[in-house]
Amino acid sequence: MDSLTLVVVASIVTAGFTMAIGTIGPALGEGRAVAGALDALARQPDASGTITRTLFVGLAMIESTAIYALVVSLVLLFANPLLSYFSH
Amino acid sequence: MNHPGLSPFPPVVFALGPVQVTLTVIYTWVEMAALVGVAAVFTRALGPRPGGGQNLLEMVVEWLLDTIGAVAGPRPERLLTLVGTLALFIAVGDCMSVVPGLMAPTRDLGTTAALSLVVFCAVPYYGVRDRGLTGYLRHYLEPAWVMLPFNLLAEVSRTVAMAVRLFGNMMSEELIIAVLLTLAGLLVPVPIMALSLLTGLVQAYIFSVLTLVYIGAVLGGRGGG
Repeated sequence: MDSLTLVVVASIVTAGFTMAIGTIGPALGEGRAVAGALDALARQPDASGTITRTLFVGLAMIESTAIYALVVSLVLLFANPLLSYFSH
Repeated sequence: MNHPGLSPFPPVVFALGPVQVTLTVIYTWVEMAALVGVAAVFTRALGPRPGGGQNLLEMVVEWLLDTIGAVAGPRPERLLTLVGTLALFIAVGDCMSVVPGLMAPTRDLGTTAALSLVVFCAVPYYGVRDRGLTGYLRHYLEPAWVMLPFNLLAEVSRTVAMAVRLFGNMMSEELIIAVLLTLAGLLVPVPIMALSLLTGLVQAYIFSVLTLVYIGAVLGGRGGG
């Protein structure tokens, strides 16, 4: 197996694992965040503006780790910088 | 192997001397022209009894002022220029991704990094203007002086995070649409495009609110927010 094939196989497998494992944490975290927000909304419906805003900001922060994983796996699959090294 | 449209850095179109103009810059000019054009047309005859266009713009400005006031404390007018520009630029730019023939300028890591650097420089600017240099530098030692390296690191990492968050959302949306188009068919990505409109607007809101949160953290002193 020459090095180009090895790099391609490693990239594909890594991209899959990155997305699979990298989104478990953020998904669980977002679930807990929304659960907490719903709890707070049930207790104090008057503060719904603040709660909703804080919820969205918190979700964005949690989401960004999932986005990092997505970016890494997309770059590995579609814009792989290592292929130009090994395809010469 | 790597389609230029899918790469994180769009191709250079032409060069003005030492400055290389990429496709992103051209679409940024298109967006600038659109925003300035719409503003010029609708503010041509401002009056106390607004018609349709002026009403729409006033709704946008009021919403911006409300959001700024809710997050960053009293006197929202001081932050309206910066946060309003960021919100409008990112929102319109993200929506450009679903228009055929256009590309979202925020899909380029350079654009989002530039926006994020603007925020990075704006936070000390507003902090020093509000609290003075010593007051602003002292806030790095809050809540305890051992937090100084963590506060400094947080400044850098949240700037990077803002840039990558916006870039990642936009690029992955376009990439998914491109891949679906290649694999499935012509009208298959349409629901994904609708979703990308939504996430684009949400990301614009997130970027603006995070800017407000960071600036609001170094303001304060009177009233808090």
